[in-house]
Amino acid sequence: MSLFAASRLSYVASGSALVEDASFALEAGTLTALIGPNGAGKTTMLRLALGLLEASAGSAQIRGRNIAAMRPIERARLLAYLPQQRPLVWPQPVRDIVALGRFAYGGGPSHLSSGDADAVTRAIASCDLEGFEERAADTLSGGELSRVHLARALAAETPVVIADEPVAALDPRYAHEILRLFKCASGEGRALLTVLHDLPLTARYADRIIWMSKGRVIADGTPNETLTPDRLREVFGIEACIDVDGTGSVSIDILGPSAEDG
Amino acid sequence: MSRLSLFLALGLIATIVLSLLLGSVPLPLDRVLSALAFQASVGDQLVVWDIRLPRSLAAALVGAALGMSGAALQGLLRNPLAEPGILGVSATAALFASCTLYFGLTSSVPFALPLAAVAGALVATLVVAAAALRTQSVVTLILIGVGLSSFSAALMALLMNLAPNPFSLADMVNWMLGTVANRSMEDLLLAAPFALAGMMVLFVSRRGLAALALGEETAAGLGLDLTKQRLAIILGAGLATGAAVALAGAIGFVGIVAPHLVRPLVRYDASRLLVPSALLGALLLVLADIGVRVLPTDFEMKLGVVASLIGAPIFIWIAARRRLA
Repeated sequence: MSLFAASRLSYVASGSALVEDASFALEAGTLTALIGPNGAGKTTMLRLALGLLEASAGSAQIRGRNIAAMRPIERARLLAYLPQQRPLVWPQPVRDIVALGRFAYGGGPSHLSSGDADAVTRAIASCDLEGFEERAADTLSGGELSRVHLARALAAETPVVIADEPVAALDPRYAHEILRLFKCASGEGRALLTVLHDLPLTARYADRIIWMSKGRVIADGTPNETLTPDRLREVFGIEACIDVDGTGSVSIDILGPSAEDG
Repeated sequence: MSRLSLFLALGLIATIVLSLLLGSVPLPLDRVLSALAFQASVGDQLVVWDIRLPRSLAAALVGAALGMSGAALQGLLRNPLAEPGILGVSATAALFASCTLYFGLTSSVPFALPLAAVAGALVATLVVAAAALRTQSVVTLILIGVGLSSFSAALMALLMNLAPNPFSLADMVNWMLGTVANRSMEDLLLAAPFALAGMMVLFVSRRGLAALALGEETAAGLGLDLTKQRLAIILGAGLATGAAVALAGAIGFVGIVAPHLVRPLVRYDASRLLVPSALLGALLLVLADIGVRVLPTDFEMKLGVVASLIGAPIFIWIAARRRLA
């Protein structure tokens, strides 16, 4: 049985289906990328999977339990979420932001049990944030800040972590750093699902790719199996050369938009 | 209780004692203390128990309710400029309260005035929160508050326009300006249950405010029940602000100044902000009321006027130097 399984999730808003009949599974120890063009329904599907949005049909289960039936606190102990919008209002110190990751266990900036404090320390260490603990959030660079948000999500030490565009607006170095941290977290036996827009990055780091187009999951498999010129043309409307080397790693070279042939 | 809260509580007690000493007739400390213990002359006891103590306690209660409501609303709406006065909550509560005066309900219906003020505050908080949660824009939120304030002020002006006699007009002006002069222990007891209930609701929901610092989406992901959290803060802030307005009329800016001063001292943690904000709000208003009483003006200045004279420039200063979006 998969650690996490979504079956036939649908979401209809004001008459139009944003997500339709989407099924996928996440396995422990894998990094899964969710890709698809803007407006394909990726964020909606993540929110359905997390139970933050009530599905019109279908269900999501973690360790065989229905997520929609769980209390928010129970759910938060199994699933961590890193949303696309990560507004910070107050210039809080890094450690306090990461400490909020322990919310579901009753922890917070001002009260951490020794177990909570250890989890916060581990999360800070795993995101290379030692020495930043007392830095105010508004003094950090974009790359540092995204590591802080990741550390916050990891601090809950959940078996499943779901992230929405964690590397948007990051320069290549920071983007690779964040994906390495993801890879590392999945190496510890967690299942990670992340929306990505950078195809070369996806090809390089993802163990599996879920392809989404117009509210539907249209393919699901390893980069090797699913990353094909035909699919890129179908989903994104781009032409690309794809090369698989002897070790099975996939490289991708995007040529440009496909010709409009109706 | 944190060291900060303890420090502020001691400061508040000292300020209240100081407020008993000062006034048109200064009383020395030993006479105040023996009056408090019912050991002094009838005149001294009257001054301390019936005039100065209710007045200072009213200022403290109003300051505490507004300080905590401000801190909680700022946490919920993630906006350091949110405050009952700015958002039009106080003005709407004052309007509802004035209606009971205008229609002469205060004498016939017990609790009419505090209930009306609380109802007005709840309606306004609901409107503002609903709008705020829809738009997510700081500027829109403030503008809606300004609109609500203006609308309530316009209806208030209409009431005054239609006031049947100069006495009820004077009554309404008092509500608009805000004062704790001539408050009795009975007035205090009428408003206190609402204020305390509101503050209690806010206090028990403080933990969710910490999570909201990261945005609603993240907070929901962290396991916070957003609907429950919003309702609790709206209810708590509405009760507390309504009670404050019932007791003293509309007094602005306490709810913005007190949390702003305390915030860096609690590492910007919204869950730890509530109690010190309440204590500092109380302390500031008792101090301001002492100022009102000892200033040698021909007519006593209204507390709400002084609060706005001090608070409005601070509001502009906070708005001008915000660090994060």
